[in-house]
Amino acid sequence: MYAFTYHKPSSVRQAAAMLAKNEDAKLLAGGHTLLPTMKQRLASPSALIDLGAMPELKGIERKGRSVVIGAMTRHGEVAESAVVREAIPGLAELAELIGDPHVRHRGTIGGSVANNDPSADYPAALLALDATVITNKRKIAADEFFQGLFVTALEEGEIVTKVSFPVAQKAAYAKFRNPASRYALAGVFVAKRGSDVRVAVTGASENGVFRWTAAEEALKARFTAKSLEGMAPSPDGMIGDIHADSAYRAHLVGVMARRAVQAATSR
Amino acid sequence: MAIVNMTVNGRAVTADIDPRMLLVQFVRENLRLTGTHVGCDTSQCGSCVLHVDGQAVKACTVLAIQADGSSVTTIEGLSAAGGELHPMQAAFREHHGLQCGYCTPGMIMAAIDIVNRKGHALDETTIRDELEGNLCRCTGYHNIVKAVAAGAEAMGREPIRQAAE
Amino acid sequence: MTGTGIGAPVRRKEDQRFITGAGRYTDDLSRPGQAHAYFLRSPHAHAKILSIDTAAARAMPGVVAILTGDDLAADKIGGLICGWMIHSKDGSPMKAGPHPALAQGKVRYVGDHVAVVIADTYAQARDAAEAIEVAYEVLPAVVDARAAQKAGAPQVHDVADDNTVFRWHLGDKASTDAAFARAAHVTKIDLVNNRLVPNPMEPRAAVGEYDPGNESYTLFTTSQNPHVARLVLSAFIGVAPEHKLRVIAPDVGGGFGSKIFIYAEETVCVWAARKVGRPVRWTSDRTEAFLSDAHGRDHATHAELAMDENGKIIGLRAQTIANLGAYLSTFSSSVPTYLYAPLLSGSYDIPAIYAEVDGVYTNTAPVDAYRGAGRPEATFVVERLVEVAARELGMDPAKFRKRNYVKRFPHQTPVIMTYDAGDYGASMDKALELADYKGFSRRKRESARRGKLRGIGFSSYIEACGIAPSQAVGSLGAGVGLWESAEVRVNPTGSIEVLTGSHSHGQGHETTFAQLVCDRLGVPIENVIIVHGDTDKVQFGMGTYGSRSGAVGMSAIAKAIDKVIVKGKKVAAHVLEAAEADIEFKDGKFTVAGTDRGVGFADVALQAYIAHKFSGQDLEPGLKEGAFYDPTNFTFPAGVHICELEIDPDTGVTTIERWTAVDDFGVIINPMIVEGQVHGGIAQGVGQALHEGAIYDESGQLVTASFMDYRMPRAADLPSFQVGMTVTPCPSNPLGIKGCGEAGAIAAPAAVMNAITDALGHEDIAMPATPQAVWRAAQKNAAMRVAAE
Repeated sequence: MYAFTYHKPSSVRQAAAMLAKNEDAKLLAGGHTLLPTMKQRLASPSALIDLGAMPELKGIERKGRSVVIGAMTRHGEVAESAVVREAIPGLAELAELIGDPHVRHRGTIGGSVANNDPSADYPAALLALDATVITNKRKIAADEFFQGLFVTALEEGEIVTKVSFPVAQKAAYAKFRNPASRYALAGVFVAKRGSDVRVAVTGASENGVFRWTAAEEALKARFTAKSLEGMAPSPDGMIGDIHADSAYRAHLVGVMARRAVQAATSR
Repeated sequence: MAIVNMTVNGRAVTADIDPRMLLVQFVRENLRLTGTHVGCDTSQCGSCVLHVDGQAVKACTVLAIQADGSSVTTIEGLSAAGGELHPMQAAFREHHGLQCGYCTPGMIMAAIDIVNRKGHALDETTIRDELEGNLCRCTGYHNIVKAVAAGAEAMGREPIRQAAE
Repeated sequence: MTGTGIGAPVRRKEDQRFITGAGRYTDDLSRPGQAHAYFLRSPHAHAKILSIDTAAARAMPGVVAILTGDDLAADKIGGLICGWMIHSKDGSPMKAGPHPALAQGKVRYVGDHVAVVIADTYAQARDAAEAIEVAYEVLPAVVDARAAQKAGAPQVHDVADDNTVFRWHLGDKASTDAAFARAAHVTKIDLVNNRLVPNPMEPRAAVGEYDPGNESYTLFTTSQNPHVARLVLSAFIGVAPEHKLRVIAPDVGGGFGSKIFIYAEETVCVWAARKVGRPVRWTSDRTEAFLSDAHGRDHATHAELAMDENGKIIGLRAQTIANLGAYLSTFSSSVPTYLYAPLLSGSYDIPAIYAEVDGVYTNTAPVDAYRGAGRPEATFVVERLVEVAARELGMDPAKFRKRNYVKRFPHQTPVIMTYDAGDYGASMDKALELADYKGFSRRKRESARRGKLRGIGFSSYIEACGIAPSQAVGSLGAGVGLWESAEVRVNPTGSIEVLTGSHSHGQGHETTFAQLVCDRLGVPIENVIIVHGDTDKVQFGMGTYGSRSGAVGMSAIAKAIDKVIVKGKKVAAHVLEAAEADIEFKDGKFTVAGTDRGVGFADVALQAYIAHKFSGQDLEPGLKEGAFYDPTNFTFPAGVHICELEIDPDTGVTTIERWTAVDDFGVIINPMIVEGQVHGGIAQGVGQALHEGAIYDESGQLVTASFMDYRMPRAADLPSFQVGMTVTPCPSNPLGIKGCGEAGAIAAPAAVMNAITDALGHEDIAMPATPQAVWRAAQKNAAMRVAAE
C-alpha cells in the first residue's frame, strides 16, 4: 500500500466536505474491494474517508411497499435480516452468496453498488427489482445508475446513503460462481411485479450488469422456467476468460435464468 | 501516524500507527500475537481470520485503524495460557483437524463464528459451505469438518464459556 | 500395542501449540536489528538485461542496500544447482544452464530475480524497488515444451540449442516393439499432466543472520530438509562454510515438495546479512509464491498398451515431454525420469516396457517435485491406459486390472524396480465392497432420472517410496545418498530426546516417532521429545519428502533404539550383578532371565550416567546412541481408489459423490495420522483433476498468479472419504513401513478422470476437468448420442 491519510467523519455532510476538499480521496466502506486493490498498489488514494462511524448509513427497514437498506449495511446483515427475508427473500439469498462469511461481515451494499464491479452480485438485484439508489444529493433509478464497467451515475462528491427496493411478488437470484475468485461468473436476478418482469444479469457482459430483455418478454408471456427453454443471450460482448469463454458464459446465463425462475416460482 | 485504541483478547491497547497498517500486521508485529497468519494477498485463504466485536473477519483486509474502539479476539485469546482449551480448539486436536497448523487458527476462529451464527447442531453440508472462506492444503477438509461438528456440539454443552467468548 | 505405542491413534503432541496460536513459523520470528528484503522480479518471460540503475532507489528512505547479480559475481557466489545427473540415451550429460540467485545478463521467466532491495521496513524496500530502472531487451518467449523443441524456437539457455536438457530413455525398445507387433489389441492415448502450483498455506520465508564475532551464519528458512540446504549453500553455492552455517527450519506450514529445494531468496538472505551487517528477512507474498515456487507436473505423453487375445497386458510404451521451466531446480531432472518411468509397470505384470522422456527448458517457473513427484504422472498414464483398454475390450475395469496384477513377490519389472510385497487383489476386493460397486448401476440410473451423468473410475496405483538405497540412487545419478540419521539421547532421569534428520511440516513426526520410542523402550510418551529441523542440534539428515520419513527416518531411530537397549543391558548387568547375556529387556524393564530380578529403564539410565556400579574403563558411561540407516530397497505402497461422481450436463459442474480408498502402507504407526495423509493427498489429486492448472499466456505471463485465478480445492468441493487399509508388511525395513504421504495425490487424478470419462462415455477431456471443459465435453457427448440415434 502507498501512504495515505485517514479520516473518519461522523456525518455524511462532513464526509462530502472532505471529499470535496481532496479529489484524490476515496471513500472506505467495507473495504473489501478497495483495500486489496491498494495492497496490490493498483490504487493510491491520498486519503481514505471511512464511512464506518455513521449510524445514518446503517439499518434495514420496511417503508410501505419498499425495503430500504442503509449503504453501510453489511452483506451478512442483509442475508440474515428478517425484514428482507420476509419481503424479498431472493435479495437475502443473493447477499448470502456474496464472498464468504468473513467477507459478508465487512462488505457493504453501498460499496458494492458504488463500485459497480461487473462481477458483483448486488447490481443485478438493483436492476431487476427496479431499485432506487439514494445519495446525499438525489435519488437515482437503477436503470440510470449503472453505466458500464465500474461506471455509475455518481458525480464527484456524491455518496450513496441508501438503496430502496420495491417489494416484488416473485424474485430470486441464481449464481454460477467463478471457480477461483467466487465472484459471479454468471448471475441472474429475476423479479416479477404485477405484469412487469425484469431479468438482470451480472458477471457475464463486458459492459457490466445488463437487463436481458428477450428473457423478460418471454417471462411476461408466462412466468415459468419453461418459457426460457433453450434461450441464452448472444455470446457477442460476453466476457471470455480462462474459466469461461463467451459461449459458455452466455449458455450459463440461460441456465441461471431458468434456475432463478424455478426458485422464484417454487416458493 | 494515527492513534488507535482497541481491546485485544481482553487487554486494552493503544498505539500510534501508520494508517496503512493492516489489522493482521498490528496483531502480529505490534502485539507479537503471531498465531494469526497471512496466507494470501487477495482476501481468500482465511489464515488471518480473527474476531472483531464477535464477528469473524479477514484481518488482512481490515485496517488496524478501522478497528479503533473495537474488541478483537485472536486465537491466543480463546484460552488462558496453560489453561483449559476452548472446546473448538480441543475438537480440532481430538479429530485431527490440522496437519501443518498454518490455516488452523483461522479455521478455529471461523468455526466458532459458524457456531455463533448457525448453532450447535451443524450438518456436514452446512459446515462445508460455511468454510467457503478458509483454505487448507493439508487435510482435504475431512477431519476439519468432523472437528467443527464436534466442537459445535461441545460448545453447546458449555454455556458459560460460550457466553464469555 | 500399548495405548501410545505402534498402531495407536495417539492424538498429536504438536497440536497444543498450533491450536493455541503458539506455533513458531519463520515469519513469526523477529530478530533484533532486522532489515527487510524485497525482490525486484522480472516482468518479462525472456529478456536481456541491458542495465540496472539503482541510484534513485538507493536514495529512498530506509534503504540499506540494493544488490544485483553483479554483486553476487563479485563475491564469487555460485549459482543454484540441480543435484541429479541425467544422461541422454546417446550417453551425453544433461545440458544445465547457469542459475544465478540474482539474474546475470538475462532473465528467463516472469518472476526471475533481478535485484534485491534491503531496507528498514518492508514497505520502504518495496517502494525503492519501484524506483530501480532496468533496461530490458525483450526477447521472444516460449512456454510450451513441445513448442520449445521446434526449430526456430526462442533459446532459453545457450547450452541447450533445442531447449532440450536431455533425451532419456528406460527399458528395452526391441522387446517392447516386438510385444506390440504380436499384440491382439493396442490401446493408444494422449495425455497432458497439467502444471500445478503447490501452494502450501505458509508462503516461503527466510531470515539470514551473520555473527561477526564467530564469523558464523544462521539461516531460518521454510525448508523440508535443512541439512541439504546447508550442504548446497556451503559446498556448491559457497555462501558460507558448512561448519559455520546453521540452518533452522522451525515450524513449517506445509511443503508438498516445494520446500525441498534451495532457492534464490534464502541464498540471498544469508549472503546479504553479512554484507549489510543486520539480519535480513524475506517473506513471500502469495503472488510471489505463484511466480517463483517450483511448480509441479507439466508432462505431455503419448502412451500405448499392448494386450494379447486373452486381455493380458504384454507391453507398454510411452513418450513424454517434460517441461522443466527456465532453470533446473534442485531435483528437477530426477522427477520425470527415475521417479517416473520406473513406475510405468503400475501394479501389473508387464513383461516389456519402454519409455522415452525429453526434459525441456521453457520461459516458465522451474518445475520440480510436487507431492508424488513423477509417480502421479506415471500412475496417470498407466491407470488411464488400463481403464481405456478395459473399455475397448469390453471388460469390467476391475476384472481387467485383477487379471493383470502382479501376484507373486518379489517381482522384477522391466524398468528397474523389484516389488517386494503386496496383495493388490485384496485391496481391490475390499475397495469394491466399500464402494458398493454392485450398486453403481442402480445409482447411475437414479442420476439419469434427474438428468445427471454418473460415472465411476478406478485407480490402482503403486508408488516407490523411501527414495533409497543410497547405492541405487547413486548409480542412477543422484548427487546425494538417501539414508537417514537418528540419535537417541537418554537423559539421567530416563526422559528421551530423539534427534532426527527427518523434518515434520504437518506429518506429525513429533507424535509418531515418539510412539515408536514408547513402544520399544516402554517409557511414557510425554517423556519423549522429537528434535528436528536444526543443523546445530541434529548432525545430519536428508529431510522429508518422497514418503520417506517413516520407512527410512523411523528405521534409523529403531536402529539407534536397538543400540540403546544393547548398552542398557550392559549397564543393567552391572546393576543386577548378572551376566549380560542373561539380561532381557521388555516393557521398559531389564530383567535377569528366569528370575524376578529386574531394574527399570529410568534406573538404568541414571546408573549409566552416575557410573557408580561399573568401571568407566570397561563400560563407557552415558546412554546415547546414533544410527545411520540406509534401506535395502525402495518401498512399494499400493492401493485402489474408486471415485464416483455426478456431472450436471447443463453447467458442467462435477460433484464427487463417493470416494473409496483402500491402501496398503505396510505397518501403520498411527492410523489417525495415516488417514489424514490420505485425505489430504486425495484433495490435492482431485484439485489436479478438476480444478487446478497453472496457465501461462503466449508471452510468458502467468495468468493464474493468485487465488483469484488459480482454483484451489475448498471444503464444499469434496465429500467425506471412505478410507480402508490392507496390510502386507514391507520386508525391506525393520519396521515394515511403506509410507503414506503421497498416495492420495498419486491415486486420485486417474480415478477422477476415469470416472468423468465413464460418465461422459468418451475420452476426449483433459485435466483440469473444469466446469467449462466438462460442459463442452458433455455437449460433444450429446452430439454423439444424437448421431448414434
